[in-house]
Amino acid sequence: MPFSALSVPVTETTPTAPTLTTTSKLSVEGLHKYYGDHQVLKGVSLEARKGDVISLIGASGSGKSTFLRCINFLEQPDAGSITLDGQTLQMRPGTRTPAPAQLQNLRTRLAMVFQHFNLWSHLTVLENICLAPRKVLGISAKEAEARARIYLDKVGLPARAAEQYPAFLSGGQQQRVAIARALAMEPEIMLFDEPTSALDPELVGEVLKVIQTLAEEGRTMLMVTHEMGFARRVSSQVLFLHQGLVEEYGSAEILDQPQSERLRQFLSNRLK
Amino acid sequence: MNDFFSNGLQGFGPMLVQGTWMTVKLALLALALSLFLGLLGACAKLSRSPLLRVPATLYTTLIRSVPDLVLILLLFYSLQIWLNDLTESLGWDYVEIDPFSAGVLTLGFIYGAYFTENFRGAILSVPAGQLEAATAYGLSRSQRFRLVLFPQLMRFALPGLGNNWLVLLKSTALVSIIGLADLVKAAQNAGKTTNEMLFFLSIAGLVYLLITTLSNCLLKYLERRYNNGIRELAR
Amino acid sequence: MIELLQEYGQAYLYSDGNGLSGLAMTLWLFVVSMVLGLVLSLPLALARVSRKMWLRLPVQLYTFVFRGTPLYIQLLICYTGLYSLEVVRDHALLDQFLRNALNCTLLAFVLNTCAYTVEIFAGAIHNIPHGEMEAAQAYGLRGWKLNLFLVLPAALRRSLPAYSNELILMLHATSLAFTATVADILKVARDANAATFLTFQAFGLAALLYMLLSFALVGLFRLAERRWMRFLNPARG
Repeated sequence: MPFSALSVPVTETTPTAPTLTTTSKLSVEGLHKYYGDHQVLKGVSLEARKGDVISLIGASGSGKSTFLRCINFLEQPDAGSITLDGQTLQMRPGTRTPAPAQLQNLRTRLAMVFQHFNLWSHLTVLENICLAPRKVLGISAKEAEARARIYLDKVGLPARAAEQYPAFLSGGQQQRVAIARALAMEPEIMLFDEPTSALDPELVGEVLKVIQTLAEEGRTMLMVTHEMGFARRVSSQVLFLHQGLVEEYGSAEILDQPQSERLRQFLSNRLK
Repeated sequence: MNDFFSNGLQGFGPMLVQGTWMTVKLALLALALSLFLGLLGACAKLSRSPLLRVPATLYTTLIRSVPDLVLILLLFYSLQIWLNDLTESLGWDYVEIDPFSAGVLTLGFIYGAYFTENFRGAILSVPAGQLEAATAYGLSRSQRFRLVLFPQLMRFALPGLGNNWLVLLKSTALVSIIGLADLVKAAQNAGKTTNEMLFFLSIAGLVYLLITTLSNCLLKYLERRYNNGIRELAR
Repeated sequence: MIELLQEYGQAYLYSDGNGLSGLAMTLWLFVVSMVLGLVLSLPLALARVSRKMWLRLPVQLYTFVFRGTPLYIQLLICYTGLYSLEVVRDHALLDQFLRNALNCTLLAFVLNTCAYTVEIFAGAIHNIPHGEMEAAQAYGLRGWKLNLFLVLPAALRRSLPAYSNELILMLHATSLAFTATVADILKVARDANAATFLTFQAFGLAALLYMLLSFALVGLFRLAERRWMRFLNPARG
């Protein structure tokens, strides 16, 4: 299967980014994915350096969410390679999944925020944030709780929210808890899968504010989003996917000056 | 109270208590076995491999379409005969299956099929996103099961499990038919001897009523506990 | 096996020379219990949801007792217990009635299934959307008319899954009849076993017959659900 190796030229530096190194943090090459006969990803590549904020945009069905979910193996790619910090993931012979230990290690370094929050409904906010650090990273209960409270504060939630159950919080609050949960793992890369798509319009802003703060801190982030204005503001790179392939890529400027016809159409449809 | 126990029950008090204890033991052991089989069966029925799925489906379909009593008799007599043939051919001594073990095994086996359906429905009801998040955060398979799937599945399974427990409890009365000295048999014996059948049968009924009522209270408590964090629709 | 079928085939299916037996008897027990239980349960279900305590509490007590005790004990009480009462033996009608094993058995079965059915219907009545009740009342339906034209039809349709489950359990429960010497499938099986010692075959045949009956019932219910419950899910119909 031919794949298109992509190296992304940087035309502007990210806002308040730390010193850029030339080593990439995450390198995904030639991802292919089939659902039965339907090919959803036809060879998508991406390179993220430390501090990059990459927005993945495109129409429904373009494969952007699938691509993101392949990176932490929530979906299994059929072809392609993933390299984190210079180490390429080795698939187990005869399968398309890495060894469990390697997979778990990968997942602790990438933290995901889901469209539908996916907070564990039977646990309190505090327990939600502490679960993975305690059970996967082996952090002590006391330290995990201290961490949790710091990040809870960071996403703008009051301390008393810690004892609440997710179902009693608003959508925006739940998503911010989800972001705190991701932060508590102190990941190297954060993955956002349409973080505001399931929110009521008036709650979108509070979540975007938090994400922007994280971007300005220099965190490495991959974000699938429909919020074009937001993408324009925070992204260092934008990838536009169309039917499983990268149609156009570049700095956030391409959102103002699209080169390809498809992107132009996509953006004009959005603005209607 | 003591007076009633010694005189009112005409000396059959201790026998009835022993019978009750036998019934409770039988019910609890059968429950343990059937819960275990139920979880196994549910996982098998939901598995991707037909090697596991097909036998599990046969198990639940066949067992649930035959009356308890028929299965109890069938298994009790057949098992004994097969065991006899086996020990004879191997030259061992005659091994007798006592009604208690037969009762535990058959009831456990039968209600394992019912609990399989309960657990299966419950597992399917847990929102997929919960497990996805657990996977994405690196929890191992056993951690995912213990910390996320099981607590949530209990919430969905409890009503059905509770219901089937009550049915199981009442089925224990049938084991007296294969000779187990349980509460029903004790009551029957007492009634026959004193010619006050109705009285002693009513006592037996009352004891069952007491146990079912206690079970209901326990189930309500468990339901409240496993429903932590769930928001009730405003009615 | 063949001899078993030849000797007892007829008894398993419809008659052992002494009247109904086997499959026919089981079906008879099932149908009578079901019909009588259903007819009795309708007014009782309405009483169960009534706001008047003098209507509701007796029914609640009844369902509490009959759902909280094993059917086997209820059967034993009807078959052996009641007859030991003086008052029963003295009263000519009761005496005649309870002398017959079949009557005692049916009495126990009807009372038992009725208790479960009442609870199922009562639950279904509670689940009727409040708006529908309000609309009916707004259009002038009151009292027995309200019950007959709105409450019962709405509740009965919603109860189908739970009620069909109860009926299958009732079918299975008829197997207890043999303990009261009624010649149902299980009794024929036990007699056959006692005579031929072909245990697995004798009881296996009984299990097979029950299986066929259960599958037939389930099939009937699927048809009924498709017809009567379509209103709940228009997309599926």
